[in-house]
Amino acid sequence: MSDIVTVENLSKTYDGGFQALKNTSLSIRQGEILALLGPNGAGKTTLISTICGITAPTAGHIQVGGHDVVTDWRAARKLIGLVPQEINLEPFELLINTVRFSRGLFGQPPNAAFIEKILEDLSLADKKNARIAELSGGMKRRVLIAKALAHEPRVLFLDEPTAGVDVELRRDMWQLVERLRADGVTIILTTHYIEEAEAIADRIGVIRKGEILLVEEKTKLMQRMGKKTLKIELRAPIDAPPDALSEFDLSLADGGQALIYSYDAAGERTGITRLLASLQSCGLAMADLQTSQSSLEDIFVDLVQESAA
Amino acid sequence: MNWYGVAAIWRFEMARFFRSIIQSIVSPVLSTSLYFVVFGAAIGSRIPEIEGVSYGAFIVPGLIMLTVLQQSIQNAGFGIYFPKFIGTIFEILSAPLSSFEIVLGYVGAAAVKSLLIGMIILATSFFFVDITVKHPLWMMAFLLLTAVSFALLGFILGIWARNFEQLNLVPLLVVTPLVFLGGSFYSITMLPPFWQTLSKFNPVLYLVSGFRWSFFGTADVPVAASLAAVLIFAGICLAIVTWIFRSGYRLKS
Ligand SMILES: Nc1ncnc2c1ncn2[C@@H]1O[C@H](COP(=O)(O)OP(=O)(O)OP(=O)(O)O)[C@@H](O)[C@H]1O
Ligand SMILES: [Mg+2]
Repeated sequence: MSDIVTVENLSKTYDGGFQALKNTSLSIRQGEILALLGPNGAGKTTLISTICGITAPTAGHIQVGGHDVVTDWRAARKLIGLVPQEINLEPFELLINTVRFSRGLFGQPPNAAFIEKILEDLSLADKKNARIAELSGGMKRRVLIAKALAHEPRVLFLDEPTAGVDVELRRDMWQLVERLRADGVTIILTTHYIEEAEAIADRIGVIRKGEILLVEEKTKLMQRMGKKTLKIELRAPIDAPPDALSEFDLSLADGGQALIYSYDAAGERTGITRLLASLQSCGLAMADLQTSQSSLEDIFVDLVQESAA
Repeated sequence: MNWYGVAAIWRFEMARFFRSIIQSIVSPVLSTSLYFVVFGAAIGSRIPEIEGVSYGAFIVPGLIMLTVLQQSIQNAGFGIYFPKFIGTIFEILSAPLSSFEIVLGYVGAAAVKSLLIGMIILATSFFFVDITVKHPLWMMAFLLLTAVSFALLGFILGIWARNFEQLNLVPLLVVTPLVFLGGSFYSITMLPPFWQTLSKFNPVLYLVSGFRWSFFGTADVPVAASLAAVLIFAGICLAIVTWIFRSGYRLKS
């Protein structure tokens, strides 16, 4: 797959002297969904704003669709849609007019049918003649999305699109993202709901203190970093794992009523068969077995803490 | 050229104007009518003709200038300040629009609004005084140039201002006094020589004088000087606006 956005050695130092991005490089593939994760103040918004031309880079180069965002900004910007983190909308204007405004701003001729469709997709159609000030917070966020989509962008940046959005709407939004991806739109989203990234992203990028720690395919990342655990419930409680099982990474749980075995999900041999055989020979009777896998959230917390240490 | 983008800004700004149409039009018309009643009728009847023009008619160009200046600055200033204030400016900055196109949208809308108001005031004045415009094309030219250059000034102020107080500061402390001292309501030939000389340093004098010439054919300073003054002023404002966008001054972090 070809790259639609490339960021090379990007640095950003704000006027106050704070360096929000440190020599960051990133390639975003055509048609993928990339989730950018990182703690508050990591530089996610700064990175997005710089790609979109709202913030001037201090050093480095950015290309969108092969166009440099500084020298060939007009072509680059036409391709980009941005849903900002903050809800910034003109309060007195009608919903439909703000969406039309965005389409015009990006140089597209009016297309009433297309705008209607976007509003339908975002369940805003019945509010189209309402003033922005009359909308709820979740509706306003959807208006921001409608505005970002109004000019049919090829790359969509969603900066925490689901913050403060109810569960149902969040699912709707994921569906919308899926549909956009099916149309070939590349999507970059930031979120603090890790399960959201886990649910919809193809690749995960982790950014911390202005540095990108990694960008990796979600499934690979979860395999590589993820731990699996096997919980063995016992018929009768024990005080400690028997010495005969010391070669296994075991811990006691549920007041001695269960054993937890952690193993590497990516490893060739899990050791489970051997463990189970050994349990039998020790005379421990099993009541039940249960496996579980660490979530992206666990991995993320590990990553960010590890690099902080 | 991104004409759709320019049109979008222009339409959005005009919509702001028409949303508050009553306020936008009634207040300048009302205050102008008050000027006519107070200066034209009440006081004016005791003032002899100036250069062959009744005082009531004499102040019409000055009144129009006063309002057009204030409205151009206010509309353009507010037009760009407000998106900065509420944060919607991000969209303008991320759009495929050159600085020239952005200025064309905002300044164009502000200039058209103040031109409209200027014309309404002129129409209002017909109810109060007997007036004919000698050079209507020149009148329109002066009005247009003034509206555009002061809308540019307003745009600069709107970008510079960090709060509403600053936004109102320059119009209140600089522009209004210059208009009142720029011969809007008198001919500077009525002043003592020292003040006449001092007045020549007031740029607004050249605007009002040229504009009044287009009405009555008489002027305080040569018409060419008036025209040159407006063009120079517009040029300076354009240069500042260009610099603002080049440097990202108070627009980009
Ligand atoms: N305009 C600015 N001027 C100075 N510093 C800024 C500015 N904007 C952001 N910063 C700083 O840059 C750093 C990164 O901010 P940024 O908004 O990019 O973080 P983020 O990853 O989006 O965080 P969050 O998850 O809270 O949205 C922060 O330390 C922030 O204080
Ligand atoms: Mg952010």
